[in-house]
Amino acid sequence: MSTQLITERVAVRARSTRARLIVVLGPVTMLGGVAWAFLQPYRLTLLHPHGQGFWWLFVEPPLLVIAVGVAFALFVAPGLIEDLEAGEEL
Amino acid sequence: MTPPAEHVHWLFATGFLLLGLCLLARAIVGDEVWQRRAWRAYLWPSLLFGLGLLMWPVMVFFTNSTIHMVAHGAWAQTMMLAGAAELGLLRGKLHNRAWRLALPFTLAVSGAALLIHEQNGWLFARAAFLHHIMGWTALVGAIFPLVAVARPRSRVWSTGLALTMVVIAVFLYSDRDVAPIFGHLSPLAGEEHR
Repeated sequence: MSTQLITERVAVRARSTRARLIVVLGPVTMLGGVAWAFLQPYRLTLLHPHGQGFWWLFVEPPLLVIAVGVAFALFVAPGLIEDLEAGEEL
Repeated sequence: MTPPAEHVHWLFATGFLLLGLCLLARAIVGDEVWQRRAWRAYLWPSLLFGLGLLMWPVMVFFTNSTIHMVAHGAWAQTMMLAGAAELGLLRGKLHNRAWRLALPFTLAVSGAALLIHEQNGWLFARAAFLHHIMGWTALVGAIFPLVAVARPRSRVWSTGLALTMVVIAVFLYSDRDVAPIFGHLSPLAGEEHR
C-alpha cells in the first residue's frame, strides 16, 4: 500500500465526532425544511401561486429553513471544520 | 406593502434559526476554535444585535396596543443590549465579565414580556399558546447563559442556549394569524384564516 493511501485513510479516520457534527448541522437543517414541505405542502404557496399576494409568494417558511441550512453548510461549516481539524492536528 | 404579522414572525424565526445554528456550532467546537476567524467571532452577536434593530420597525408598524408596543420595545432594547455587550467584549472595549449577564437578562426580560403582554389563556388561539410557551421557554432558557457566565467552558450550558434559540425559531415558524391550537379556537379570537 502506498504511503499516500495510508495518509488519506488516517485523515479520514481522524475526522473527529465534533467535525462530523458540524458537517451534518447544515444538511440536517435542510432535511428539516424538506420534510416540513412534504408534511405541510400548503405552506409552500409557490405550489399554488394563483391569487397570492407578494408576501405570500416571497416568504415561504420551509424554503427559509432550507436556505438557512444551505447558508450554514456553504459559508460557516467549511472554515470551521478546517480550523477545528487544524487545531486537532497540533 | 407591509407584510402580514405572521410573515414577520417567520422572517424572525429564520434569524433565530441561523443564530441557533451558529451558537450550536460554537458549543460543539468551543470558543477558541470558533473565534479563530474574526468575522465568525462577530457573527452571532451581530446577528442578535441586528434582530434587535429590526424589532424597532416591527414595534412601530405592527403593534396595535400599548402593552404590545412596550413588549416589542423591550425585546428590541434587550436584544440590542446583549448583542452590543458581546461585541464589546469581543472587541476588547468592555472588560468586566459581568457584561455576559446581558444575554440571560435579555432572555428573562423577553420571556417576562411575552407572558405579561399575552392577555388570553393558553388555548385561546395559536398565537396565545405560542406567547405562553415562548415566554416560559425564554425564562427557563435564561438559566443556560446565566450558568455559562460562571462556567464558560462547559458545553452543556452553551448547547442549552443554542437549542433554546432553535426551539424559539420553531415556535415562531408555527405562528399563524388566527388559527386553532390542538383543535381549540375561541370564538372571541375571530374568524380562522388559512
